[in-house]
Amino acid sequence: MNEQILNSIAMHEKTIAQLSASLATGEFSSEELTRALLERVERFNPSLNAFITVTAESALAQARAADERRRQGAAGLLTGIPIAHKDIFCTDGVRTSCGSRILDRFIAPYNATVVERLNAAGAVMLGKTNMDEFAMGSSNETSFYGPVRNPWDLDAVPGGSSGGSAAAVAARLTPGATGTDTGGSIRQPAALCGITGIKPTYGRVSRWGMIAYASSLDQGGPMARTAEDCALLLGAMAGFDLRDSTSVDRPAPDYAALLDQPLTGLKIGLPKEYFGEGLDSAVARVVEDAIAEYRKLGAETVEISLPNSHLAIPAYYVVAPAECSSNLARFDGVRYGHRCENPKDLLDLYTRSRGEGFGAEVQRRILVGTFALSAGYYDAYYLKAQQIRRLISDDFRQAFAQVDVIMGPTSPTVAFNLGEKVDDPITMYLSDIYTIAVNLAGLPGLSLPVGFVGQRPVGLQVIGDYFTEDRLLNVAHRYQQVTDWHQRAPTAFA
Amino acid sequence: MMPLGTAEVAKIAHLARLAIREEEVPDYARNLSAILELVEQMNAVDTTGVTPMAHPLDMVQRLRADEISESNQREHFQAIAPRVDAGLYLVPKVIE
Repeated sequence: MNEQILNSIAMHEKTIAQLSASLATGEFSSEELTRALLERVERFNPSLNAFITVTAESALAQARAADERRRQGAAGLLTGIPIAHKDIFCTDGVRTSCGSRILDRFIAPYNATVVERLNAAGAVMLGKTNMDEFAMGSSNETSFYGPVRNPWDLDAVPGGSSGGSAAAVAARLTPGATGTDTGGSIRQPAALCGITGIKPTYGRVSRWGMIAYASSLDQGGPMARTAEDCALLLGAMAGFDLRDSTSVDRPAPDYAALLDQPLTGLKIGLPKEYFGEGLDSAVARVVEDAIAEYRKLGAETVEISLPNSHLAIPAYYVVAPAECSSNLARFDGVRYGHRCENPKDLLDLYTRSRGEGFGAEVQRRILVGTFALSAGYYDAYYLKAQQIRRLISDDFRQAFAQVDVIMGPTSPTVAFNLGEKVDDPITMYLSDIYTIAVNLAGLPGLSLPVGFVGQRPVGLQVIGDYFTEDRLLNVAHRYQQVTDWHQRAPTAFA
Repeated sequence: MMPLGTAEVAKIAHLARLAIREEEVPDYARNLSAILELVEQMNAVDTTGVTPMAHPLDMVQRLRADEISESNQREHFQAIAPRVDAGLYLVPKVIE
């Protein structure tokens, strides 16, 4: 971009790529940038509740260190770029609450690998973002710290579980943030807040230090305004980690270098199951317009079928609760986290600490999982769900024999109102109807903004075959070169 | 599957080591029954002979040499514990 044009954009309006260029030319320092964004956080966070913890002091120290690194000629693309971490990633010496009362006073004693890697790249942490408790939720309303509001409409939810990260990016409080996605928790809030987010292939990004919800589904990834920025962040986050037993030993490509490949001849599969009953008709129209834009870019579309799609939510609500009931057994009030007052014996210590520490949705999932794994029920629930998972995965395998990517809506509706679904878990679960199958199969999926219904954003989901994050980012980037949905800012936060 | 009753919810809560207030048990019973009804849609599909999928990439666990790779950080980790004494985690008396 022309330097003069670049200089005329306000700091908080710049993408990571633009900020990186500005820092390189010395237009402003990382300390100035960090200060400006911290001021925005201070001004806007009370209305959004996107941050649980703001780490102003350490952010400024990191920014000064980044500026120093630049003076020494050792700066990389992310050196001095402010970001925020979802409060599920352990941050050494900083509260890591996972949105839960049980970890309200938990100061992590080490950094997650994702945090280490972004620190090493020179990124500056502004703070920790709000989230559904233990990443269990689709609206950010299960957080112990209260709901996050959607910057596009403060009466609307931001989606979840990475709702704080999505709202903070959309409101220009941070140019990028980390998220995690177990059933749609990066893609659905990205869609509902009008930003871009990618859930990588299972095993692509280390889970070490990322508080576990459902270990066979959990995957961290970046959230930002553009695909280009997601590419820069993912490049720093991805890679093999000995400390994560399911990390894949395979080098990460240079995502940013592959963004510009032409889309001529790209074969896009449109699953008929993703455009049927349950999809809001106004959302469908916006998504169809986006797909028409892809045809103009040279892509071909073909209708495909993923016949077991309707089984994704039932299978997920066995697999995820079963794994969560096991993972969350570690929170026992003994070694860290909340402990009840005056326990009368060890059982009382366990049950009251957990009963007081976990919120209702987390307790529901622990109970469902405990039931599904209890004696006599294993075959009927967990084993059956793992078989269904195979069928879902086979559907995708067959689809990717014919097409390069799959497209459809990220979420069946735009953001719903706060309080609208909170008392009805089943209705809430249906919000993830198009995203969950991707986690069950372990595939990468991306959501990018493609328009609005009223003032609420609509996301397009792009699903790829294993380890094709580069292709997904390229597909999103080319669209963002010819459209401006990703540049729209909510007026109250422009 | 019959809907879960309050006694079953109490039993599951005990297995999960969760103290649930008595007045909340009917709500949990209703919600849990609804969730189980949802997941039982799986039963409409015959999965005889389908290999369960334990890992998305069908990978197996990596093995490593049995060597010490962690350093002792007991004091560092115990600094965040609710109650410790002399390097030990304290809980109510277990054995009389």
